[in-house]
Amino acid sequence: MDWGALHTILGGVNKHSTSIGKIWLTVLFIFRIMILVVAAERVWGDEQDDFICNTLQPGCKNVCYDHFFPISHIRLWALQLIFVSTPALLVAMHVAYRRHEKKRQFRKGDQKCAYKDIEEIRKQRFRIEGSLWWTYTSSIFFRLVFEAVFMYAFYFMYDGFRMPRLMKCNAWPCPNTVDCFVSRPTEKTVFTIFMIAVSSICILLNVAELCYLLTKFFLRRSRKAANPKHHPNHENKEETKQNEMNELISDSCHNTVIGFSS
Amino acid sequence: MSWGFLRDLLSGVNKYSTGIGRIWVAVVFIFRLLVYIVAAENIWKYEHDEFECNIKQPGCENVCFDHFFPVSHIRLWALQLIMVSTPSLLVVFHVTYRENREKRHNQKLYKSPREIDGGLLYTYLISLILKTGFEIVFLVLFYKLYNGFKVPRLVKCDIRPCPNSVDCYISKPTEKMIFLYFLVATSCLCIVLNLSELSYLIFKYSIKCYLKRVIKKRQ
Repeated sequence: MDWGALHTILGGVNKHSTSIGKIWLTVLFIFRIMILVVAAERVWGDEQDDFICNTLQPGCKNVCYDHFFPISHIRLWALQLIFVSTPALLVAMHVAYRRHEKKRQFRKGDQKCAYKDIEEIRKQRFRIEGSLWWTYTSSIFFRLVFEAVFMYAFYFMYDGFRMPRLMKCNAWPCPNTVDCFVSRPTEKTVFTIFMIAVSSICILLNVAELCYLLTKFFLRRSRKAANPKHHPNHENKEETKQNEMNELISDSCHNTVIGFSS
Repeated sequence: MSWGFLRDLLSGVNKYSTGIGRIWVAVVFIFRLLVYIVAAENIWKYEHDEFECNIKQPGCENVCFDHFFPVSHIRLWALQLIMVSTPSLLVVFHVTYRENREKRHNQKLYKSPREIDGGLLYTYLISLILKTGFEIVFLVLFYKLYNGFKVPRLVKCDIRPCPNSVDCYISKPTEKMIFLYFLVATSCLCIVLNLSELSYLIFKYSIKCYLKRVIKKRQ
């Protein structure tokens, strides 16, 4: 059980996302989770061992470390990634619920149900409209909120995004003021700025996706209001084209993500 | 044999659960198991090495550490995760038993072996009660063993061979406290989910029984 399992869970959601959602998922897995696992964890690996204070007083190092790092960067990022990935589960649950309803209808032999067999229901891709639109939009909203909260918490806890080389500590039992030196401060600053930059890109992608969904929603509404008797064939053609494009993008994104995970 | 086994077990359970049960599985996977593996384990990794006492007396640090941490937080957390996930196995066993019975007698004995009714309902309810029970037991154990969920920076130790009273410093106390509170919050959330699932099932089946009785009376 590790990040790979989260990838499997979220991979299922990929099918029902918009194109921007698929890009967001790829950015999340490649530039955030993968970087965290293969690089950042090594940089922060020896953080307390190599945190050195200019004193022989036992206990001073522990206390100073705890004072300056109430929660380590790496743990904060791990929590941020977990919380930011979770709203996508709401969409997964909604899709699973819809599939379950369709399966029930199919089993009852409902004539409205136009599927040939259960496999088709399992493989079907649902369009983002109706109640699924609300679930999807709220999941993006929660993602934004979590990203912003964690970025603010980071900024607030560490007074900015720079890792200083030297920290002055006078917590008891340290005698007077003691100089404490952080290990690999420049490398940590570089990775911190990288993670913050990718977080900002993810925030922008989420905002773009939200705007796209809202625009689509209002356009659809105004179209319905303008043409109460819409021509079904014309709308279907446009939507099949969009579906095809989405399928192409999803296949290429899916292959990219799978390629990296294997 | 590792946490992957627990993950496979819980995925199997997912198939036979109600909607709330599936939310419970998702919460356990993501907010408890995943957080434990990617974050919490590393915080407690070097807890003994980093536990420092203001004394050169050999053996004093070991004795003090053992006195203040009879069972490490992280081990209790792991035990809690295992014990809380296991009652779901009862449901899996019962469904397998039903399916095997149908195969042996070569006839349809149940409306659907996976549908939660009859004996399976009681098994499901028992598994929910056991899950909730284990959660509460472990929370109480945490509270009693460590005098609350706070992790102090400094503990004073005066056990032999430490001479008089010695100051001992725990490493990363704030971070440990934050993750302990996280553990408590997710445990409470799981208790709430289990209790709501329990009341939902009891309510649903009492209504079913009542309606059946009413229909029988009319006939």
